[in-house]
Amino acid sequence: MRHLLSAADLSREQAVHLLDVAEQMAATQQREIKKLPALRGRTVVNLFFEDSTRTRTSFEAAAKRLSADVITFSAKGSSVSKGESLKDTAMTLEAIGADAVVVRHSASGAPHRLATSGWIRAGVLNAGDGTHEHPTQALLDAFTLRRALRGGAGAGTGTDLAGARVVVVGDVLHSRVARSNVLLLHTLGARVTLVAPPTLLPVGVGAWPCEVATDLDAALAGSGGARPDAVMALRVQLERMDAAYFPSAREYSRRYGVDGRRLALLPDHAVLLHPGPMNRGLEISADAADGVRSRIVEQVANGVATRMAALYLMLAGEDAA
Amino acid sequence: MSSAALRPVMGAPEISRALSRIAHELLERNHGPEGLLLLGIPRRGAPLARRLGERLVAVEPALAGVDPSALTGSLDVTMHRDDLRRHPARAPWPTQVPPGGVDDRVVVLVDDVLSTGRTVRAALDALSDLGRPRAVRLAVLVDRGHRELPIRADHVGKNLPTSSRERVRVLLEETDGSDAVVIEAPEGGEGP
Repeated sequence: MRHLLSAADLSREQAVHLLDVAEQMAATQQREIKKLPALRGRTVVNLFFEDSTRTRTSFEAAAKRLSADVITFSAKGSSVSKGESLKDTAMTLEAIGADAVVVRHSASGAPHRLATSGWIRAGVLNAGDGTHEHPTQALLDAFTLRRALRGGAGAGTGTDLAGARVVVVGDVLHSRVARSNVLLLHTLGARVTLVAPPTLLPVGVGAWPCEVATDLDAALAGSGGARPDAVMALRVQLERMDAAYFPSAREYSRRYGVDGRRLALLPDHAVLLHPGPMNRGLEISADAADGVRSRIVEQVANGVATRMAALYLMLAGEDAA
Repeated sequence: MSSAALRPVMGAPEISRALSRIAHELLERNHGPEGLLLLGIPRRGAPLARRLGERLVAVEPALAGVDPSALTGSLDVTMHRDDLRRHPARAPWPTQVPPGGVDDRVVVLVDDVLSTGRTVRAALDALSDLGRPRAVRLAVLVDRGHRELPIRADHVGKNLPTSSRERVRVLLEETDGSDAVVIEAPEGGEGP
């Protein structure tokens, strides 16, 4: 694996392999000494042009647990705020000697540009670009789902998600998480239904490998009695909204919010995911977020193991830059 | 490897007898089963450690009724190898240590073939990340020589002088369907 730019880059075998490596990484995180020597002497640069708490700290923890040197760079307080271009920033990183660059950028396609323009030799890991993709989030979601549906830590090793039904509800239009999840879950054999108000569905969503619906209750009741195994609530990205996409927060919450009543419609084994940060009371209610079905805190812990697996597969072997 | 000649050197009975002898040696050397913990190095060291554990329980009265899995585990060394960068990244194997950990135990590392000693060096590093054993010993089914590090085994099933062009392969019931040790010699190579 040279770069990880899109969830679509992964074949079923590669994705299952990565999840299996993540299981082993997760097992090492239960030990007293969590550090592994696999990436000793490698340098990982976290290049964050956009605010982030969990993704940045998660990547930082993952790289450090593998003994890589980590340089975290956020646009605020850097020369980017003085107007430095992506290219010049990239060449600076090249000169510093980065082996991998974890990049988050508000422009869709920035990681792809970084990986393919020949500015740097380092591997590029997309940590979220605009409204395009966020592949490691999809991987940690798939990892969390596989554990939940296959019976706990290590139980699902070697398996995909064939037959699982996942409802993804919320602001699909602005969500890179939704796109990456649809692509990856489809690769892994799951059936995904996107649910959103028509104003929050992107153009061309009909071509995505999933079903699309606008009625959440109908989607949770399932078609032909097949109810979903998991519900993923997406954050309403108010900061990206330049217009009124729905009449009021209350109406959105009534029609598309995940709450205790809606979760009660699901089969007993079904789980609730949310990529965070949550708008409690908007797309998710507090009783749902803190309830027994919620795997939201687990997702964060799994994020470290999944990102360790991605960094390990990119950097530990001979193919690395 | 269709162009390789296979020469069997141990069959299932020989492997079984070697393991029984090693089990007795472990008890003798340790003056009993006190503190013994057998950690196999995946892949094939892990089932060997399990078999040795079963034999310890079978022959040692002090261990009567003990579950062999309380004495055995596995120790992955993938991420501690010094040749990690020379191969495409490989998936780590599970590390399983029975409850209680390795602290103050007499850990016996178990592997199928001892050759350069690099795997054992990696295992010593991996082990120190888990805790501080009272002592560490090494038991291998086959010692084929060609050491590149100052490491030797405490218990050896069979010493097997080989040419560096040959490969020693250990096959086990658990991983390969049957028990055998064979030497693979390249066609036209040395050997009888």
